[in-house]
Amino acid sequence: MITKRIIPCLDVRDGRVVKGTNFKGLRDVSSPVELAKFYSDGGADELVFYDITASSDGRALFTDILCETAKKVFIPLTVGGGINTVADFDRVLKCGADKVSVNSGAIRNPDLIYEAAKLYGDQCVVLSVDVKRVCGEFRVFAKGGREDTGMEAISWIRRCVDNGAGEVVVNSIDTDGVKGGFDLEMLEAVCNVVNVPVIASGGAGKIDDFIELFNALPKVDAGLAASIFHFGEVDIRDLKNEMRKAGIPARV
Amino acid sequence: MVAIVDYGVGNLFSLKSSLEAIGADVCVTADIEALRRADQIILPGVGAFEDAARKLRESGMYDAVIALAKAGKPLLGICLGMQMLFEKSYEYGCHEGLGLIRGSVKPISDVIAKDLKIPHIGWNALDFTKESPLFKYIKNGDYVYFVHSYYGADCEDSVIAKSEYGAPLTAAVADKNVFGCQFHPEKSGDVGLAILRAFVEMKEGEIC
Repeated sequence: MITKRIIPCLDVRDGRVVKGTNFKGLRDVSSPVELAKFYSDGGADELVFYDITASSDGRALFTDILCETAKKVFIPLTVGGGINTVADFDRVLKCGADKVSVNSGAIRNPDLIYEAAKLYGDQCVVLSVDVKRVCGEFRVFAKGGREDTGMEAISWIRRCVDNGAGEVVVNSIDTDGVKGGFDLEMLEAVCNVVNVPVIASGGAGKIDDFIELFNALPKVDAGLAASIFHFGEVDIRDLKNEMRKAGIPARV
Repeated sequence: MVAIVDYGVGNLFSLKSSLEAIGADVCVTADIEALRRADQIILPGVGAFEDAARKLRESGMYDAVIALAKAGKPLLGICLGMQMLFEKSYEYGCHEGLGLIRGSVKPISDVIAKDLKIPHIGWNALDFTKESPLFKYIKNGDYVYFVHSYYGADCEDSVIAKSEYGAPLTAAVADKNVFGCQFHPEKSGDVGLAILRAFVEMKEGEIC
């Protein structure tokens, strides 16, 4: 039986892992290579590397860090941040990434997902979308959650999946960093319109938040979080044991 | 030395790194002589069957891989590389494979429930159906990482493990010295590394 995936996200800036609350007040946590190895050994199902500053100031990903990680970590690796062209896909895939996540790049160039999916396959293209409630609707935000695009999120996600996005990471800005649980309402709205894996992001504060997520929304395939893992508030093995006790399939 | 067949399909970085991590002497090659000298051969692959089979032919290594496998050299196909070991594939038409494993490649949508997502992507448990030297360092029920929309069909005799995804799907096959994994051992953590270690320890003429 296919298991629900637990995915630590490593936000990388200047070659270091950082995580802030609501994307502000970044704190230096650890070395990406060490942390990736730690998570892989500790039972993480997959890792996401985001270069969080790349979309706002155009900084290129630190591909040497990525290469170094991919030499030591043998679980699926997704890379995002600063992915604006097919050449950016090529660059990170050559360094050992298995999937590439696009966010602002897809907003700027809506053909990017289609072109990349045609070249590398749908399974390689992950749509990452930062969503926030504005005036009673789900709105897509760009540039690391700083800029309201004015686009309605659910139709944007559906359009990207139609163009070839093989997975969707839904990051709720409303719940991110609050640690009060995932944004079930937003996630359900997404699950209702797509038939590709949906990865929940933003809001996890404790083990029960993951149990609640997978019980409430069986169509969600994975839960993604950062600081609760980085600071040891949630141990992935403990989390998976609790998931199993709750009848949720998990790899242990 | 283990040789990874480099025929211009997919990214071999992780596969090479995973073999290096278990201490194997690895070469990524498009040279038939290097394949002949190798102790084992790995046939990787991602993407579409027709395109990959064409590229393998164009690389000039197609017949050599078949001949070396038939002569007894351990061969491991991974993902699309496993699918290419079969006689034929029904992915967008009907295409001829290497014919080293009896059976064909068919869409998983033929056999799984309609509400399941395709591709079958994520970690799934191996259900051993036969003993195999490939599994000597792992145990039944261990998890491995899959990404695929097609599966090995009509191959009951050579299936060594299945995984349940709405239906029991072929996870690994073996016929003497020829092995295939539908999943990605190079992305399956310690279990995957243990499978690769078992493979690179195999020697021509010692597998039964």
